[in-house]
Amino acid sequence: MNAAPGISFAGKASIDGAALFAQITLEIPAYQWTCLLGSSGVGKSTVLRLIAGLETYVEFNGDITASDAQPLTDRVAYMAQSDLLFPWLTVTNNVGIGACLRGEKPDTERAAQMIKRVGLSDHANKKPAALSGGQRQRVALARTLMENRPVILLDEPFSALDAKTRAEMQELAAELLADRTVLLVTHDPAEAARLAHSGYVMQPDQLIPMDMPTTLPARSIDDPQTLTTQNALFHFLRTGAQ
Amino acid sequence: MNWKHSIISAVALIIVWQVIVITTGVQSFILPSPLKVAKALWFYRELIAEHAWVTIIEVFLGMVIGTTLGILTAIHLATSAAARAILRPILVFSQAVPVFALAPILVLWFGYGIWSKIIMAVLIIYFPVTSAFFDGLMKTPAGYLDLAKTMGATRVRTLWHIRFKAALPSLGSGLRLAAVYAPIGAVIGEWVGASKGLGYLMLLANGRVKIDLMFATLIVLAVLTVCLHLSVDILARRLAKDH
Ligand SMILES: Nc1ncnc2c1ncn2[C@@H]1O[C@H](COP(=O)(O)OP(=O)(O)OP(=O)(O)O)[C@@H](O)[C@H]1O
Ligand SMILES: [Mg+2]
Repeated sequence: MNAAPGISFAGKASIDGAALFAQITLEIPAYQWTCLLGSSGVGKSTVLRLIAGLETYVEFNGDITASDAQPLTDRVAYMAQSDLLFPWLTVTNNVGIGACLRGEKPDTERAAQMIKRVGLSDHANKKPAALSGGQRQRVALARTLMENRPVILLDEPFSALDAKTRAEMQELAAELLADRTVLLVTHDPAEAARLAHSGYVMQPDQLIPMDMPTTLPARSIDDPQTLTTQNALFHFLRTGAQ
Repeated sequence: MNWKHSIISAVALIIVWQVIVITTGVQSFILPSPLKVAKALWFYRELIAEHAWVTIIEVFLGMVIGTTLGILTAIHLATSAAARAILRPILVFSQAVPVFALAPILVLWFGYGIWSKIIMAVLIIYFPVTSAFFDGLMKTPAGYLDLAKTMGATRVRTLWHIRFKAALPSLGSGLRLAAVYAPIGAVIGEWVGASKGLGYLMLLANGRVKIDLMFATLIVLAVLTVCLHLSVDILARRLAKDH
């Protein structure tokens, strides 16, 4: 994998002339997890999709730059709340779909390694329909690892999972994506407190930085500093006061 | 619907038929008894088989050609905005013309042979197949396309590996409709002008007041149609297996 760049997102967005969010600047440091919180509809997914180069409903006015000044195309991987597995492909083929879509030779050996890293070797030949929601999201993680991109964009990837599976997935993702630049959009203060090096709450007119724990992610759920951060985030999201 | 139920229904139908014939004393040139029809079926088996074969070929070729053209058109429409702008209104407008009304013209242009019937079947199934598959190609889940985009997928490979595969159940629905319409198209073509085929044989038997032969032919046609529906249903299920 190439060196992971930091990303600087600066700009404003509007829909049909009406402002969605005013000029904001989001700095995403290299090799760190940056977490974006905020109320529904404020534009978090839009920021993430703009960085990913995907279509949005907004007119964006601004700049998205990598710290090494190279384009971000082909350097980002994207994981959403829905696992986006293809139901007609086996786990192995889902993990290797990227090469297939680019017309490259499939690397089944590496696919098997990635599947092993997410603990699904026994399920490699199953179709997604035969897996649980948590297992499916692991396959999506293996597919993301397979792509080997230095920048990872996560849009509420664990929000559809039950509490236990979600905690496990958070730890697994933190471990496997530790050496990359990650932007995580989430609604869950606990998730932000566990995983992020830095965190922001997005509002229509500004981006508010939050105090995050200074320990290394993934932090244990009952770590006092993590709990304090989680409470502070929750309090801020509810009242708007720090 | 399983096999047992189908057989029970068929037997019940034959019993009701026989009862009607006995109780009403209806003349056998209006409604022959099931036994008479069974005898005709056996007596004329070679004649019926010969004509059935022609109809089978017409329907089969009509299905294959119509489906192929439908798939190609749907792909073309789904991948080209220009094609959508130009072709779609023409396609929709063409549906305002009752295809059956074209039968005499098709016979005039393509003759009494099988081709006028094949083209009739093709014309009838072309629109349902095209529009079903096109709808499927256009409603690929947006998330799949986002994923493909971030992975640096090529357009052609996205079309084949994602949009095409995701649209297969829709193609299956189109094929189910085609299986209903194709035999109708072929038989109407045969009624309008032919020297072979089950539709032709029915008219011939009618003209010679061989009503038992006419009914025997009708039953063979019904059985063939049911077989077509069942096999297309199996195919459609396969296409939708993993969705
Ligand atoms: N399908 C759509 N059609 C029109 N406008 C849309 C559509 N999806 C989103 N928008 C607009 O874009 C705005 C930002 O949406 P975005 O998905 O970025 O919000 P979000 O912060 O990610 O919300 P959530 O937390 O609910 O995911 C919304 O307020 C909405 O007005
Ligand atoms: Mg969102």
